[in-house]
Amino acid sequence: MTQLATLPGVRAERDQTAVATPVRRRRRLGPGKPIRFGAAIGPVLLLGVWSIGSATGWLDPRVLSAPWTVVTTTGDLIADGRLQSNLLTSAQRAFVGLGLGIALGTVLALLSGLSRFGEAVLDGPIQIKRAIPSLALLPLLILWLGIGESMKITTITLGVFVPIYIHTHNGLRTIDSRYVELAETVGLSRWEFIRRVVLPGALPGFLLGLRFAVTGAWLALVVVEQINSTSGIGYMMELARTYGQTDIIIVGLVLYGVLGLLFDGAVRLIQRKALSWRRTLAD
Amino acid sequence: MATHAGGLTLEKTAVEVRGLVRKYGERAVLDGVDLAIQPGEFVALLGKSGSGKSTLLRALAGLDYDVDGSGELAVPANVSVVFQDSRLLPWARVLDNVALGLRAADERGRESLAEVGLAGREQAWPNELSGGEQQRVALARSLVREPVLLLADEPFGALDALTRLKMHVLLRKLCAAHQPAVLLVTHDVDESIVLADRVIVLDEGRIVAEEPIDLAEPRSPADPGFTAVRSILLDALGVSL
Ligand SMILES: Nc1ncnc2c1ncn2[C@@H]1O[C@H](COP(=O)(O)OP(=O)(O)O)[C@@H](O)[C@H]1O
Ligand SMILES: [Mg+2]
Repeated sequence: MTQLATLPGVRAERDQTAVATPVRRRRRLGPGKPIRFGAAIGPVLLLGVWSIGSATGWLDPRVLSAPWTVVTTTGDLIADGRLQSNLLTSAQRAFVGLGLGIALGTVLALLSGLSRFGEAVLDGPIQIKRAIPSLALLPLLILWLGIGESMKITTITLGVFVPIYIHTHNGLRTIDSRYVELAETVGLSRWEFIRRVVLPGALPGFLLGLRFAVTGAWLALVVVEQINSTSGIGYMMELARTYGQTDIIIVGLVLYGVLGLLFDGAVRLIQRKALSWRRTLAD
Repeated sequence: MATHAGGLTLEKTAVEVRGLVRKYGERAVLDGVDLAIQPGEFVALLGKSGSGKSTLLRALAGLDYDVDGSGELAVPANVSVVFQDSRLLPWARVLDNVALGLRAADERGRESLAEVGLAGREQAWPNELSGGEQQRVALARSLVREPVLLLADEPFGALDALTRLKMHVLLRKLCAAHQPAVLLVTHDVDESIVLADRVIVLDEGRIVAEEPIDLAEPRSPADPGFTAVRSILLDALGVSL
């Protein structure tokens, strides 16, 4: 009762101080509010430095072509159709390799995450494979498969499936055992358990693996396209090197970069949509 | 191996336990427990921390297949468990959590959510709810299955005192409506007296006291009968005042 009686006085006092110093509400330990278009600031800054460097002559065009040269070259390449056809070839390779790698990694992770026998058989060899960089297998793959498309796709697939496997498997293994107990008490069947508990529980791991996988696919693509290729962005760049055309090389780099960003953005979008139940520090 | 439903059968009772022993290593955590619960009866299980309450409850829930032991127990096929944590799947909406494992149960799930006062929150994510609301969803999830036996292991242990009082009222209302037999584990003496038809006290793996609660409704801690039962139970728990 005494508390109630003093309350109005307390409130009046608060109001007064509130006028003097408005209460600032902000998160103290989180990274703070997201900045609008924050992700674009760095790249735009870089582009600015490059433009100024080229305009003042500080950057020799034989070392690095000016941004506007790159733009006109892009126009020319589009006009004669070289850019589109090479881009299509590269994108196809990346997509097919990614698709196969994702499927392979997911299936292996499920086999090894859901059964002790599967884990005993699969996990060891995959961990060994993980220790060997995919690109180190290239000489062997060339001997086995030649230098055609199958070698290229296989190399990309091998670079993709490992991160998918590692992170999905880890996601499966770290599903809280309390949820397993719950599934038992509500009498879920094995399939329902997989669908309602295991797969959604492993999804964050899978999506993390996917982001690494996309990077891996890109890396493998760049390398295989510069070995004895006759098409693709990498081939276009290799050819440009022999003629000393830095502008075309830059176009290729920009293309790789833009595509990489697009892929990564797509994965992040999927992540945001699929994991909307999670509230994390970065939100 | 833990024996399940050994030679015992359920005829007029909802739970039958005879000579139940459960061991972790050499130590008998349950040391010969006998227990019978009538259909629709609300039994509270009191005991100090480590006295074996959860072990007994897990035995009844069939969650102790990897624990050594002997004895006989018979439980109905349709048992629901409420844990101390609400144990909602964070990636499933509230309604999907309630209807988990049930076929075409959305309508029943909605009704069950309305019963616990959460109509309109069907599409919320569990971590958008307060602790008390999460535990109400867990209650809805248990009751939508119309269990013959409801097992609850300190379901209100993590809630604040005010929320807990509201949950007591809600639980009594729900039990009156659905009539399951209930075994509620708690370490809160007053909670056990307010809720239960009978309170049993477990100590070092044995049942050391058993008190029928026969008080006028609504049960109030100010009632002299309440105070009398409380001191008997506190005595059995080895707390002298
Ligand atoms: N998985 C386990 N392994 C070993 N000992 C356990 C395990 N679970 C419980 N115990 C022991 O059994 C005893 C009773 O535990 P429990 O039934 O959880 O007690 P209560 O729920 O009454 O607090 C405790 O001493 C605890 O240490
Ligand atoms: Mg316990």
